[in-house]
Amino acid sequence: MTGSPRGDPVIHVLQQPVPNMLSAAQIAENYFLESRHMLLEIAAHFDRYDAAANRESGGIANGRAAAGQGGTGSMGRLREAVAILAAPHADRERTVALLELFAKD
Amino acid sequence: MQIIQPHYHAIARTAQDYERMAMSGVVAVAEPAFWAGFDRLYPETFIDYFRQISEFEPTRAAQYGIRHFSWVAVNPKEAENTSLTREVLKHFPEFFAKPTVLGVGETGLHKSTKNECDSLEAHVDIAMKHGQLVLIHTPHLADKAHGTKRVLEVLAGMNVDRERIWIDHVEEQTIRPCLDAGYWVGFTLYPITKCSPKRAVDMLEKYGTDRILVNSSADWGPSDPFTLQECVLEYRRRGHSLQEAIEVFHNNPCRFLGQNPKFDIQPIRVETLAREPIPA
Repeated sequence: MTGSPRGDPVIHVLQQPVPNMLSAAQIAENYFLESRHMLLEIAAHFDRYDAAANRESGGIANGRAAAGQGGTGSMGRLREAVAILAAPHADRERTVALLELFAKD
Repeated sequence: MQIIQPHYHAIARTAQDYERMAMSGVVAVAEPAFWAGFDRLYPETFIDYFRQISEFEPTRAAQYGIRHFSWVAVNPKEAENTSLTREVLKHFPEFFAKPTVLGVGETGLHKSTKNECDSLEAHVDIAMKHGQLVLIHTPHLADKAHGTKRVLEVLAGMNVDRERIWIDHVEEQTIRPCLDAGYWVGFTLYPITKCSPKRAVDMLEKYGTDRILVNSSADWGPSDPFTLQECVLEYRRRGHSLQEAIEVFHNNPCRFLGQNPKFDIQPIRVETLAREPIPA
């Protein structure tokens, strides 16, 4: 802490040491299990939906195939979201893309 | 609702967990022997650990009205120390005589090495010779499918009573071969690394409820004993009746663990009484 021209104390925040941020490799490793868990929950959600669709169609239609065609409503929106995540490159933040997707009417 | 927590590492948890479990309906827990977070070096360390879970821990649980049962085993992660394993196994019969020890567990596989497979076979063999139940741990994450297959191969080469063996930590890719072979299976609910409450209910809906146990494990790592209650809630939210929930979360543990007569908690059935006449 030093004095300003007026004599007020000034905290030189920017002169403090910048904490080390995680490397790309650390981020990949540190959050792997958490993301794995969330992906499994999404997979289970899709399987649960397909099983219900199969039951409701009396086993005649293939729910997995029917639901896999993009679909409509909330399931369709989730499939679009997964496709955004699966793209190898993003032209903007994926979180922004998903929030805009989920904000559509 | 009355709940039994069939796989619970109580010594890693606080008394407050016992209190909250009691308040949320847990009437009994069963504590398998576990890995201490490091590889133990001395047989005496295991013997004192077995004394802790078979003598002291029941008294701690009893303060909250919870029955406490336990199992004895050398953890699969320690199976590479073959002389230690052999020495500890010699002491199992004295613990089988304890009033709350239900059998051998959790034995099983971690990396599925030859020494681990030999240790698993020795554990199952001593359990069968002494009429004990068996709880088998299957590996986590990437080793799960291969390790479960090896467990089934080891058991297939032995003369075992399959209804007295519980293969734990099954998931979607391993449940079917274990059930088809005639064993009991367990879903272990962890916040991140094992099964989740929702996925457990999915499997109950797909495979039915016969020979299935649900547990939280709840050890010293990232875990939560109340994922079991979360699973009960998810099961009920999907429309399954109170009696169906009791069958899964209370009566199935009674049916499996009750094969050892020391576990004397009986299955229960909900009865709705006829409306009583209103006095004139």
